[in-house]
Amino acid sequence: MVQLLLILNSALMLYPIVIMVFAAFKPTAEIFARPFAPPDFSNIDNFVRIVEEANFLRYLGNSILVTGVSVVLILVLGTMAAYAIARYRFALATPIFLIFLAGLMLPLKLAIIPLFVQMNGLGLIDSRLSLILIYVAMGLPSTVFIMTGFLRTLPGELEDAARIDGASEPRIMWSIMLPLCKPPLVIAGIHNAVPVWNDFFFPLIFIQSDARKTLPQGLTTFVGEYATDWGMLFAGLTIAALPITLVYIVLSRQFIAGMTQGVVK
Amino acid sequence: MGSASRHRVWVTFLVTPPLAVMAAFVVYPILSAFSYAFFSWHGLSREAFVGLGNFVDLFTKPHYAQPIMRAFGHNLIVLAALLVVQNGGGFLLAWFLYREPFGFRFHRVAVFLPVILSSVIVAFLWKLLLHPNFGAVNGALNAAGLGNLALPWLGDSRTALAALIFANAWHWIGFPTLVFLAGMQRIPREVLESAELDGASQIQVLRRIVWPLAAPSATVTFTLLFIGAFNWFELPYLMTGLEGSPFGSTDVLGLVFYRLAFGNQSASVQDFGHGSALATLLFLFMAAVATAATIRLRRREIAL
Repeated sequence: MVQLLLILNSALMLYPIVIMVFAAFKPTAEIFARPFAPPDFSNIDNFVRIVEEANFLRYLGNSILVTGVSVVLILVLGTMAAYAIARYRFALATPIFLIFLAGLMLPLKLAIIPLFVQMNGLGLIDSRLSLILIYVAMGLPSTVFIMTGFLRTLPGELEDAARIDGASEPRIMWSIMLPLCKPPLVIAGIHNAVPVWNDFFFPLIFIQSDARKTLPQGLTTFVGEYATDWGMLFAGLTIAALPITLVYIVLSRQFIAGMTQGVVK
Repeated sequence: MGSASRHRVWVTFLVTPPLAVMAAFVVYPILSAFSYAFFSWHGLSREAFVGLGNFVDLFTKPHYAQPIMRAFGHNLIVLAALLVVQNGGGFLLAWFLYREPFGFRFHRVAVFLPVILSSVIVAFLWKLLLHPNFGAVNGALNAAGLGNLALPWLGDSRTALAALIFANAWHWIGFPTLVFLAGMQRIPREVLESAELDGASQIQVLRRIVWPLAAPSATVTFTLLFIGAFNWFELPYLMTGLEGSPFGSTDVLGLVFYRLAFGNQSASVQDFGHGSALATLLFLFMAAVATAATIRLRRREIAL
């Protein structure tokens, strides 16, 4: 019984995706006539047309750029703050930690009007930098939270021994402590990369030119242009879903841990 | 640990850049969001101080109050429906997965797959699948001889909101599932085994042991669902449009806010004053309910 229900549920989860991939290889007329039949997988006309006609590669490049820069900045800045909070005793450590902690609960979407006015004042409307700045600000709290939690568990003897040997503080951080931080950095990286990669709301507000659109936003433009060409639509959805799905299948354990991080202790 | 007085320059170097980003792009915008609500706005420029005028307008002027109250009702329906389908369904799926049956790893990966996809992909995929004439959903119903159930799901004001709720549950059910699963995995095996030895039925074990002991997971999934339900925007925006078609039957507060703040196609008027007032109310409402829910639900939690 449990087996049957689990199989039914997994079918419900996967079958829509299977139909999407099948349809991506079919001409529109065939999708209408036989939506469930497996396609001729050698027919890649839809994909060829997308690469030739649509701006998909451009959108993909923008998504990689924005997500990559954002995640690197989030991890660097987040680890800096977490390292100071976790490894040094100073008066402001707790208040600083609380500022980041408060940021965990605030949906920044609700501050979209002041963010718009602010980005307009900085001349950053229709700039990818506006997205990066917002994503970094959104990602810092969870990263500081994850990294502080981990860094606090590292034993102090490691640093003390290095200090006696005369190593400088930056050197201790870089050569001794950071190499131990790879697992939480992977978790924090995935925790931030997935929502940034998938985000649609902030590009909708800040980006106007087609050349600067990210993949989710570009997909809406594409769907508008090919509204009745279902073969193209399903192929576009398939291409948009492909990169993150491939990474997820390889790293599913880390993805699940990363995305439920902070919720599951 | 080193003392900070010796390393003051180094510690300052470490905390200043991240704090500067937080101050500029989290603290400052959130504080501004509150202050903006007390002014009247003309496009991007702030004009007269109007006190609570914007807030009063939202409740008293019908062209604000009517869509807001209707949308608020829809958000409540969405929350209630998702609480049953998404979180309740997730709890049951977690219980099915808990004993690691055959195919455990596959089912775990499958149920979480939609969670990693963008709302844009999910919205358009289901919009195509739910198409009245050519969609696979009605195709399957017709093939199964249930042609009279093949409705124009997104085009009928009686079914559109339910169709959106279904698409949302498909997208996110893996999240509560795996949060509940992690919570259940913390319950010591001996507790369940001794209950079963004492002759407790599956239902009794679920109700009397698993559910109370998984309470921390319930707290956190409820809080996140609540915030998600009242921030709901992408799915209705992409599947039924900025006006919450048909006939406003899928209009929710996220869409009302967007139309107020950034205008709609028919009249591209920006009204940052009333938009900020609505955002402030939403923020206070969500903070109040999330805090109250956390405190109330925490009481139910039992320390292991």
